[in-house]
Amino acid sequence: MTSLSATIQDVFNEPGCGKNATKSEAERKKGCTKQLQPGGAAGGCAFDGAKIALQPLTDVAHLVHGPIACEGNSWDNRGARSSGSSLWRTSFTTDINETDVVFGGEKRLYKAIRETIEKYDPPAVFVYQTCVPAMTGDDINAVCKAAKEKFGKPVIPINAPGFVGPKNLGNKLAGEALLEHVIGTQEPDYTTPYDLNIIGEYNLAGELWQVKPLLDELGIRIFASISGDGRYKEVAYSHRAKAAMMVCSKAMINVARKMEERYGIPYFEGSFYGIQDSSDSLREIARLLISRGAPEELMARTEAVIEREEAKAFAAIASYRPRFAGKKVLLITGGVKSWSVVAALQEAGLELVGTSVKKSTREDKERIKELMGQDAHMIEDMTPREMYKMLKDAKADIMLSGGRSQFVALKAAMPWLDINQERHHAYMGYVGMVTLVAQIDKALHNPMWQQVRKPAPWDRPGESWQARALAQMDAEAAALAADPVATEKARRAQKICHCKSVSLGAIEDAIATRHLDSVEGVRLATDATGGCGACAARVEDILKAPLPPKVAAPALKAAE
Amino acid sequence: MAIVTHAKKACTVNPLKMSQPIGGALAFMGLRGCMPLLHGSQGCTSFGLVLFVRHFKEAIPMQTTAMSEVATILGGYENVEQAVLNIHKRTRPEIIGICSTGVTETKGDDVEGYIRLIRARNPEVAQLPMVYVSTPDFKDAFQDGWEKTVARMVETLVDPVDAGAPIQRNARRINVLPGCHLTPGDLDEIRTIMEDFGLQPSFLPDLAGSLDGHIPDEFTPTTIGGIGVDEIATMGESAWTIAIGAQMRRAAEAMKTRTGVPFRLFERLSGLEANDEFIMFLSQISGRPVPRKYRRQRGQLVDAMLDAHFHIGGRRLAIGAEPDLLFDMSGLLHDMGAHVMAAVTTTHSPVLERVETEEVLIGDLEDLERLAQERGCDLLITHSHGRQAAERLNIPFYRAGIPTFDRIGAGHQLTVGYRGTRDTLFTIANLLIADHEANHDATPGTWRGDGAHGAHAPLGKGAHAPDTLAHVAAVH
Repeated sequence: MTSLSATIQDVFNEPGCGKNATKSEAERKKGCTKQLQPGGAAGGCAFDGAKIALQPLTDVAHLVHGPIACEGNSWDNRGARSSGSSLWRTSFTTDINETDVVFGGEKRLYKAIRETIEKYDPPAVFVYQTCVPAMTGDDINAVCKAAKEKFGKPVIPINAPGFVGPKNLGNKLAGEALLEHVIGTQEPDYTTPYDLNIIGEYNLAGELWQVKPLLDELGIRIFASISGDGRYKEVAYSHRAKAAMMVCSKAMINVARKMEERYGIPYFEGSFYGIQDSSDSLREIARLLISRGAPEELMARTEAVIEREEAKAFAAIASYRPRFAGKKVLLITGGVKSWSVVAALQEAGLELVGTSVKKSTREDKERIKELMGQDAHMIEDMTPREMYKMLKDAKADIMLSGGRSQFVALKAAMPWLDINQERHHAYMGYVGMVTLVAQIDKALHNPMWQQVRKPAPWDRPGESWQARALAQMDAEAAALAADPVATEKARRAQKICHCKSVSLGAIEDAIATRHLDSVEGVRLATDATGGCGACAARVEDILKAPLPPKVAAPALKAAE
Repeated sequence: MAIVTHAKKACTVNPLKMSQPIGGALAFMGLRGCMPLLHGSQGCTSFGLVLFVRHFKEAIPMQTTAMSEVATILGGYENVEQAVLNIHKRTRPEIIGICSTGVTETKGDDVEGYIRLIRARNPEVAQLPMVYVSTPDFKDAFQDGWEKTVARMVETLVDPVDAGAPIQRNARRINVLPGCHLTPGDLDEIRTIMEDFGLQPSFLPDLAGSLDGHIPDEFTPTTIGGIGVDEIATMGESAWTIAIGAQMRRAAEAMKTRTGVPFRLFERLSGLEANDEFIMFLSQISGRPVPRKYRRQRGQLVDAMLDAHFHIGGRRLAIGAEPDLLFDMSGLLHDMGAHVMAAVTTTHSPVLERVETEEVLIGDLEDLERLAQERGCDLLITHSHGRQAAERLNIPFYRAGIPTFDRIGAGHQLTVGYRGTRDTLFTIANLLIADHEANHDATPGTWRGDGAHGAHAPLGKGAHAPDTLAHVAAVH
């Protein structure tokens, strides 16, 4: 049994993670998590992350050991879907009280497990640790072990109390729990050469079902889904799969990599967001399965399906082209998914603004991904007023982003579409991209916008609050421009690396004084790019640009 | 008289309850230019934030001290200080409202002491209003967090009035202390009614100013409206305090102790009699006759009650809500002839034993669903988390309370006043009519002997006592 801190260290050492591989020993120790800033942080905790990753397992009873806040404030709020049991949507929590805090909550937890098994008879109970019992020292591993022996059912401890780190870490700790306690504990009734694990896909809005028919048609069996619409028993015997696809990029890379290491199941990182990505993924699945003994003819059938589906999707999307002529999309979101939709949006004739996406060749892909990741960080740190100005400056017709910026967009009477966790529409696979394009069309062409953008009849033109806000910002910018010292100060204060909070000035100074010429050098000197790594592209640009002229030196001195 | 009982089980299933820090944070959201700050790990804030975003469909200002494991053990002074300074620098708030959470209460952080130290060490925030409330997650519920927070606001933000000193009271000015069961829409209705009597109400807190979904006049990362700190300071000049919901007694008493302003508590503002009392009180303190508008609205409510009683009368209600909302809604439907067959709540309150039912259970939605099933309920009222139970029970479901995340317009759901009561009755009656049309219309087989239709024995006072009491004995 490894201790929690050892597990966390192990997760930070994950060799399968590309970001990690480029880090020094000392940096890896520090971990891959963004430094949380009191009073300026957003986002969930490790417990949240663990639950996001595992809760889509539909037939498991998910029992949260903690005060009411952890579960009572958040249950049944995910968009995952189930084709079978609805037990995952039933909420179980020990709702500990003062007495449990003082005297320990282990007894209550044990009883809660018993009640859950007696009343709901799930194939397994997952017990989630939270901050308060972690502080008071409740040993959930011991309780789970005792309960498992007593009740003869798997009772799995998920050790990811909120205060150990952010959501992302929780995802990985959840994966560790599966590796340690679940995977490899049961055997399947039968196997086929077409058995595929899908890892890190949550079936939001039921979108996995947009891809499954294609896999069914090809005779490929989703052997185990971790965790969207998954079953406990599938995860338990998932070590007998022939190949694996890892969907949500880095969230559960430890699971995919360790399954390859332990059970020889090859995996690839792929996505079903976007037409090209869907085709690539189908090909890769076929290739891996063939390499593990599936008949060669699978590839030809896969190509046929790809050709048919691509033609259908492109035809459907092309019909929107005339309606989208001259329309601009501002796309702001981190991660791989955002990249994947770019091609589809371009195919539909939409112009992308805000991120420097032009004609996207394969070679640009990594760079664009990084830039978009960086923009997503920037928007997290923006004030609503700055966000509004960005929308205005971009002259975009619609904004696609994650949930947090939606109200700024909507209050500014800007069409907006959710492409993140809580969305209601399924965008996976070929049909999913068509749905996305249809949704954009619906949002863009709603006649409502014309009315809501009209000022109240008693307002005088140019006196709207939006105009006032912009004028105020312009005035501030003008005042700044008139003052070279302040301008220089502001320029240098511009944050480049949001994770490690490194400013442009600090990077320029490091480049000048230490004669640096590589991203690696900048990272060692300033810590910039040492977090999520998304700002590497920006640091490259700074390295390429000429250093600020010497004339600025006195102003610079004054600015310091 | 209802007996108040506790669910005797170790595992809460399908919680009705939410935690008190976010109840406190919501109260802070009714202050202008406020940034609510939870002292805990970042999940404590993000869960609450998501909950409110989904309920109000608005951007929600809420921050965290982002306590890490190490900071939690060593104490959170640095985190609170950094959070306050960061919020001050980035958002320029007029006030910061701080609530503790389970983690920091388990450690026992002395936040009042921290605030004094932060002020002493950082002159830029020496004058910044900060209110701290102790709200451990492992005690009490959402409503309690709201109750404590509003009382604390009164104790720290209202200028005290010396009992001996002469005070210029403004006869027109009235303090209103609304409970957390009222929506922004309710507050606007109450404001309109009071203004029609020539009164000037000051709402503490005023969610109608901040979370009513209006388009703000400027971009601000803090709350976009609500009552200002300056206005709160002078609440001691008011002639009266009106408290709405029993939870507001604590704040009203604090106001009276601090300023001598007398208060009148209205436990309900939904229903004919409750509003008659309210309107007559306003008429009395304003010295004005009841405006024609409300005479007409009263008539409309009476007519609505006549029309709706055909549908609501005899219904068997299962209701899960926080105490004040439970008391108000169950009372309204009891007044209309419904039978409160199952009542589940989250926390203690003096109103619970006066709920018109046999038993009020402090429990969860699993309990409510089971009781509704056993007692043959045919109307369910609770917040959106009741949706799964409603589906399984296959009975009409009226959503009331926070969170209401699967329907829009929750912030404007109106239940107070003659007009609000009238519309609530219409909505519920229409729900029942639609259910009847969809599920219970007569067919040739309806009366063919299986007794499934309309099989319940008549109910009156005490008529269902034997079976429910037998049940209670069986459960405990």
